[in-house]
Amino acid sequence: MNLYVCIKQVPDTETKIKLNADQTGIDPGGIKWIMSPYDEYGVEEALRIKEKNAGSTVTVVSAGPDRVVDSLRTALAMGADNAIHVELPETADSAFAAKALAAALKKEAKVDLVFFGKEAIDDGAAQVPQLVAAHLGIPSVTVVVGIEYAGSTLKCKREIEGGSFEMVEVTAPAVIAGSKGLNDPRYATLPNIMKAKKKEVKALKLADLGVSASDQKIKYKNLQLPPPKQAGKKIDGDAAAQAKALVQALHTEAKVI
Amino acid sequence: MAKILVYVEQRDGKTKKASFELVGASAAAGNETHAVLIGDAVTALAAECAHYGATKVHVVQDAQLKYYSNEAYSKALSQAIKTISPDAVLAAHTPIGKDLLPTVAALHDGALATDCTALSFSGGKLTLKRPMYSGKVIADVEFTGTSLAMATVRANSIGLPKPDTSKTADPSQISVDLSGLKTKILEVVKGNSARPDVTEAAIVISGGRSLKSAENFKIIEDAADVIGAAVGASRAAVDAGYRPHRDQVGQTGKVVSPALYIACGISGAIQHLAGMRTSKVIVAINTDPQAPIFQVADYGIVGDLFQVVPALTAEFKKLKE
Ligand SMILES: Cc1cc2nc3c(=O)[nH]c(=O)nc-3n(C[C@H](O)[C@H](O)[C@H](O)COP(=O)(O)OP(=O)(O)OC[C@H]3O[C@@H](n4cnc5c(N)ncnc54)[C@H](O)[C@@H]3O)c2cc1C
Repeated sequence: MNLYVCIKQVPDTETKIKLNADQTGIDPGGIKWIMSPYDEYGVEEALRIKEKNAGSTVTVVSAGPDRVVDSLRTALAMGADNAIHVELPETADSAFAAKALAAALKKEAKVDLVFFGKEAIDDGAAQVPQLVAAHLGIPSVTVVVGIEYAGSTLKCKREIEGGSFEMVEVTAPAVIAGSKGLNDPRYATLPNIMKAKKKEVKALKLADLGVSASDQKIKYKNLQLPPPKQAGKKIDGDAAAQAKALVQALHTEAKVI
Repeated sequence: MAKILVYVEQRDGKTKKASFELVGASAAAGNETHAVLIGDAVTALAAECAHYGATKVHVVQDAQLKYYSNEAYSKALSQAIKTISPDAVLAAHTPIGKDLLPTVAALHDGALATDCTALSFSGGKLTLKRPMYSGKVIADVEFTGTSLAMATVRANSIGLPKPDTSKTADPSQISVDLSGLKTKILEVVKGNSARPDVTEAAIVISGGRSLKSAENFKIIEDAADVIGAAVGASRAAVDAGYRPHRDQVGQTGKVVSPALYIACGISGAIQHLAGMRTSKVIVAINTDPQAPIFQVADYGIVGDLFQVVPALTAEFKKLKE
């Protein structure tokens, strides 16, 4: 099987976010970059399929500035065979990224499954998997927490609201966006990290893909750090008095109950 | 005035309130508001759309639309867009809305902003704000070209208008060709909770590691049931097996935006805040006055949750009487 995983590099959650000068994005200085955690489920799933199906290959693809090559190497160290870096500006939106990724995948000889994380934790847009699937003309299943394989047919368990699940059957080629529960992503071992440093990462330019900045649909502006919250009201007294005062305040002042 | 299409979501014949927040907001701004229902038997839900202000209601009805699938529903909504030719398309940021809208955006070369938390209309144009970086940043959305504007909006971001039950709808049918579907919905496995989902509830009461056991969560459930709230949990509580993962609020769980969020014995780690900081009113109950959760709380109670929560339940009951 020809397995692909699209990964995004994002700031680590613990990183303090600072804005750039014109407030159209964040200041990339001092940020610790990681592979978006949900994407790790995609990498792991592809590796497991490969281990069970001799002759399969896993190719990881990431669109972004040069820094994303580090995350591609992380995926190579986990066990991926090939890596493709698609050039994309820092402020690209989901539409632009999806056009670039889909164009890169269209250049491949055969694509059976394309894995993603259900969303990237930076912009949290949760759009790219479905957009890429639509551009490739194949079905997508998102928020997948379990897959049963029978040849090229996949029974996917997807999480919806209220603790319910949908069991969805699709046949490859398809896009699958994984979520927590799908598997336990492995850690890269030190020897594999060293080996991954020497592996080749194929670079694709936007011009070669026929994709350009005109594919961008939305821009972010006037980015703001949330205003510091006013100090909340402390409610004193014993438990009974506190509960009484709180319910009073929620009812008459905040009017939320 | 603009022509706005709102996808009004339903499952099992029950509409989502979050969709009506959007119908209400569009109608209140004086827009020509078109509600679109998709399902196997949804005509009966048309009146409800009118109650919340829809100017016109459309139904896309087919036996193959009984259960949601990305493939079938994207064809249905896409057909509705072709028929109605709206200036903008809105949907709630629910499991269906967030899965569906990107596919439809690709089919119409639309410009989509997802998970918005503020929406307004000025001069017929859609203005949106959305959180980024786990709620650490709020950004304005700018549509760069003339593509169809589309957005999904987080539940409880706008609030529900008062329905006018005297209004009626005269729904029109839109038919769609669903031949050759590749995706099959084998089964929908129902969750067993009678409580509302954390992402939809107007009130969420969450407990943390400090609850110490699954059984102790009963005091949280008791409080929640009096006021119709959902029960949430921190990751520490979920990892300890006190609650299922579906209840987890935070960066690796659900993102919620209720009118009221009550955090009981939760320290307020950055990853937890990522899931609830856009709540309108936040209450923290914690024994540690230095707990970071108090920094985002509108009301803070320094105290033992095992005493405060049952006392709260008693007060909720008095209020409901
Ligand atoms: C990549 C990553 C993702 C994560 N994702 C999430 C996520 O999605 N959601 C999430 O919640 N966390 C997440 N976390 C974990 C997060 O960092 C915290 O560890 C977690 O939120 C702590 O849960 P807690 O507040 O229940 O426990 P603790 O931090 O242990 O806090 C317990 C609190 O209870 C108080 N307390 C103790 N006894 C009582 C009592 N009797 N009455 C009142 N108060 C009492 C204590 O003072 C303390 O403040 C993530 C972490 C990482 C690294």
